Amino acid sequence: MKEKILNAIAKNSKISKEDLAIMLGYDEIRIEQEIKEMEEEGIICGYPTLINWDNVNCEKVTALIEVKVTPQRGQGFEKIAERIYKFDEVETVYLMSGGFDLTVMIVGKNMQEISNFVWNKLAPLESVTSTATYFVLKKYKEHGLALVNGVSEDERMLITP
Amino acid sequence: MRNPLSKTIEEIKPSGIRKFFDIVSEMKDAISLGVGEPDFDTPWHIREEGIYSLEKGRTFYTSNAGLKELKIEICRYLKRRFDLEYNYEDETLVTVGGSEAIDAAMRVMIDPGDEVLIPEPCYVSYLPCVQLAYGVPVGIPLQEKNQFKLTKQEVLDNITEKTKILVLPFPNNPTGAVMTKEDLQEIAEVCVEKDIFVLSDEIYAELTYGQRHTSIASLPGMRERTIVINGFSKSYAMTGWRLGYATGPSEIIKQMIKVHQFAIMCAPTTSQYAAIEALRNGDADVERMSTAYDQRRRFLVESFKRMGLECFEPFGAFYVFPSIQKFGMSSEEFATRLLQEQKVAVVPGTAFGDSGEGFLRISYAYSIDNLKIALVRIEEFIKTLEK
Repeated sequence: MKEKILNAIAKNSKISKEDLAIMLGYDEIRIEQEIKEMEEEGIICGYPTLINWDNVNCEKVTALIEVKVTPQRGQGFEKIAERIYKFDEVETVYLMSGGFDLTVMIVGKNMQEISNFVWNKLAPLESVTSTATYFVLKKYKEHGLALVNGVSEDERMLITP
Repeated sequence: MRNPLSKTIEEIKPSGIRKFFDIVSEMKDAISLGVGEPDFDTPWHIREEGIYSLEKGRTFYTSNAGLKELKIEICRYLKRRFDLEYNYEDETLVTVGGSEAIDAAMRVMIDPGDEVLIPEPCYVSYLPCVQLAYGVPVGIPLQEKNQFKLTKQEVLDNITEKTKILVLPFPNNPTGAVMTKEDLQEIAEVCVEKDIFVLSDEIYAELTYGQRHTSIASLPGMRERTIVINGFSKSYAMTGWRLGYATGPSEIIKQMIKVHQFAIMCAPTTSQYAAIEALRNGDADVERMSTAYDQRRRFLVESFKRMGLECFEPFGAFYVFPSIQKFGMSSEEFATRLLQEQKVAVVPGTAFGDSGEGFLRISYAYSIDNLKIALVRIEEFIKTLEK
């Protein structure tokens, strides 16, 4: 049941509990309980909105930073990852396999702001050994949804057998 | 000048759906719940395979019965999903949609005057295909009280010495009815006893809710007397690719290949390559889409119940078939007024046979958001009727 709810709300968190109950065939109170439980258990961690900022008249720059770090004795990567993700500018942090350790994505008003963050906050951290910063030029798809303009038209004929 | 037309074609009525289509298409801002095809785009990996086949220059005819790899995948698929065993070499034919397979099967099995039992309401093409093959269509009006299933008694009541074929269109368009294994067993017994062949149109086989589809060909004694028709249109959202198939005893399929070879040559090559990908890697897409249909189905049935539109619960395809008998008007009148007054297009049940009178076909191949808008309007319309 939990999985069914999650699949239904994964791409549309706006859906009402009433509709969810009908669509999945459970009663509304149960749906509400399950969702509450999942929020408490840290399964559902938030309900953000997917925004295409390119279409809004305000400047935002996103950068992806490859970070190499020295893991700390007894704490592995957890401590350093936490020190990084706690910064408000940081949107995403992943621990990676391969040539570097952490992927850090940050959002700033402009390039200046991002380079300030890298130079003044990220790079000087003791266990960070190197950083490589890449600026995002355009976002095409996020969270499984294409960031396209407008709604696509229904091109089917109105009545078919 | 002589009449250029044959008596056969003049006897065939134009599709009832066509007439309604003409009315609807003149209305600019109508919301339609009238389509018989998925709202999903064909999954990208399948489209991409079609594109790749074009890039590779695979733009030639294939062998008449279809690409060998595709036929092999079809047989594997039927085994995997419905426990049907067919040989790809002479028991499988790839066609231009399920429709071509229906036509070809009728042509190779019917002698002039043979009777074909057609449960109604049903998809629009069985009857004219029988007529074009000089057969005699015999409609069996299905009952709402049986949830529009076909019963053994109904078959027995309509069998004559001339009965040769029974069309079995389940999961059903337009009613959404399904036949369980137990329901089919009864029908199978009659067919074996009375020596009747079955044309089982299973194009909606992947779209059943809360139960798996059973093919009548998987029941004892039925494989040798059944042509199974299926295709890619509904399960993989591939209507425009025009690709279906028929499987059955080689004796029949071999002759169908003959019709297909002379009339069609082969099914579209691009579509055949895309279909191989669909069968190899498309199970998850089928699952995803049928889950979405099921949610919309519950949503519609629940909403109709709430607004007092009587509706039996359908367990297949993507249609609900509510009754409008209590409003004291014909299906066509109801549908026309609903269109004019609230700009919602639905299809009158009569487009699928006379026994569809008193019902509407409402499709849920639409997003929940679209369904919501349409439902508000339908409810508004019903309120004005009840005043």
